[in-house]
Amino acid sequence: MSENLLELRNVSKVFRIGGLIFGTRLAAVDDVSLSLPAAEPSILSIVGESGSGKTTLARIILELEHPTSGDVLIEGHPLFESGGAGLKGRDYYRAVQPIFQNPFESFSARKKVDKYLFDTALRLNIARNRKEARETVAEALDSVGLDLSRIEGKYANQFSGGELQRISVARSLIPRPRLIVADEPVSMIDASLRMNIVNLFLELKERYKVSFVYITHDLSTAYYVSDYIGIMYRGSVVEYGPSEQILTDSVHPYTELLLDSVPTVDHKWQRNVALPDVEIQEFQSQACKFAKRCKYVEAICERSAPPMVEISPERQALCYKPVGFEPQAKAPQPMSPAATTAINE
Amino acid sequence: MLRLRNLKCYYDTPRGVVQAVDGVSFEIRPNEVLGIAGESGCGKSTLLKVLYDYIQPPLQIVSGSYEADFPDDNGKVNTIGPGEIREHWWDFISYIPQGSMSVLNPVIRIENQFFDAVPKSHSLKGKREIRERVAAYLKELELPVEVLKSYPHQLSGGMKQRVLVALGTFLHPQIVLADEPTTALDVVVQKGILLMLTALQRQMENTLVVVSHDMGVHYQITNRLAIMYAGKLVEYGPTEAIFNNPLHPYTQMLIQALPRVGDQTQRMGISGRPPNLIEPPAGCRFAARCPKVMEHCAHQEPALTQIEPDHYVSCHLYQGQAS
Repeated sequence: MSENLLELRNVSKVFRIGGLIFGTRLAAVDDVSLSLPAAEPSILSIVGESGSGKTTLARIILELEHPTSGDVLIEGHPLFESGGAGLKGRDYYRAVQPIFQNPFESFSARKKVDKYLFDTALRLNIARNRKEARETVAEALDSVGLDLSRIEGKYANQFSGGELQRISVARSLIPRPRLIVADEPVSMIDASLRMNIVNLFLELKERYKVSFVYITHDLSTAYYVSDYIGIMYRGSVVEYGPSEQILTDSVHPYTELLLDSVPTVDHKWQRNVALPDVEIQEFQSQACKFAKRCKYVEAICERSAPPMVEISPERQALCYKPVGFEPQAKAPQPMSPAATTAINE
Repeated sequence: MLRLRNLKCYYDTPRGVVQAVDGVSFEIRPNEVLGIAGESGCGKSTLLKVLYDYIQPPLQIVSGSYEADFPDDNGKVNTIGPGEIREHWWDFISYIPQGSMSVLNPVIRIENQFFDAVPKSHSLKGKREIRERVAAYLKELELPVEVLKSYPHQLSGGMKQRVLVALGTFLHPQIVLADEPTTALDVVVQKGILLMLTALQRQMENTLVVVSHDMGVHYQITNRLAIMYAGKLVEYGPTEAIFNNPLHPYTQMLIQALPRVGDQTQRMGISGRPPNLIEPPAGCRFAARCPKVMEHCAHQEPALTQIEPDHYVSCHLYQGQAS
């Protein structure tokens, strides 16, 4: 048994935009290394704006996307390295389960909702027959506060978004996974109902010892549920550590900007904000990708890429600010040659 | 400036009549930012459509009245109602719709969408004059003038929403209606757009009506707030009074459900779902989800009562406390 439930090792995903010859390459996920310990169930939030690469990262963890370089390990089993030593098919989906953003898209309008639950139970060999499947499904629904008799025979359009998302959570619980990857699970749901889903995650973590990767753009729910937070910006994880420390004592200026933009009900905003639209240049930047929007920017930030600075044993930030804007000797990183060329191109 | 009296607007559908806005009375004043809050399906977008006089079947006004004070060219104030208000779209009342992604016509350059927005009767005549004024206006809003020659798909979501704000405010209307103007946008972009909307409101001293389900947005930008539930107005008052002293249990739950950074105390969402508006329950419509429900709530409908200056609530808990 590995000591990490989930480990990302220098994961990069490069997309091509434009034509084959004149197109440019864009690292949607840029050398991301993270780990989630197996000892205690925990919730890791990946927070970022649209275009930060957080959904691509989730899709890589879910084996829906192949990384250009690097690897993902689930309980020590590599998913992508050749040799097939990793988890495949059924074994993978028994360990890792997804929850997607839009519940109205994850359920077909022409298929009864309960069919998804039964299929999960039968195809992953959780239940040997229909009768056992019924018990498993009823139990899973019960753990999210729903009753099978109320779900059976109904179609997706007969439920509200919040209810459907609960059913998605119930479905993902059927194989008793160790890890659930939830990609923006509450962004389509009303603010007043979000807490129901988020509280459910906390409850399931305690009761079934399941860990979560919670992908979101909402800092306030991320703070509420998570044990660890990674802040992503233009493909890079710019700050990582225990959520309490990250959000109450942030180091990276981008985290600060995000925190400052949350519409809180505690204090009113200062009335100014800077917003250049410079996405592609930022993605391809060799220096700090946030430099153009950063209020602390110094000359060095626009010249060379910032180091990943260890703030405390558990915390890191990709920034020159904590080291006084001094050039750093780069710590040797186990980066594969493929990744280096992909990013430098 | 805009007055609604016991307004009922229903959708007549094959499944039955949806009572989306059911007996709403309030007024919208000059020079204010009014927020309309509530869950999906509580009638807030329908109410905004009615305010904009965009009433098309199956939506219809069943009873009640809606009127606006419209100053004509000589400064004389006329009262106009549904059917007349739409004649003054863009220069008297404008609408910034939800979902910037699909609102702008995808095959028309932004520039031409501005030409279409200037009514024939307006003093601005000719494409060149309009183009100059639009370019000057975009500059004022610190938007790049190049967007005029672009198609909507070439702009980011945030930029499209900014263009919509520019389009909606270009003719300096007295009333700007914004339906979920920042839903589906990132927090940083959201803040920029909300601050842009309020800066324009202060500059033009007109009225901005913002519909949103996010109470944080209302706290940040509105002066007065109306909380809707299942087609009814349940609480109405100055934003600060509502956040300091929320009266209706629904308002209390809406505010309580907001998680805050730096505060990990247990927070509960509102369980259950809003009632079906085809056959809404008798009595208080929130009774089935209300933690403070009393026996008579289920069959007796509460009336909107003033509790403190300008702060109204419709709940049996406050009966007999009218000020």
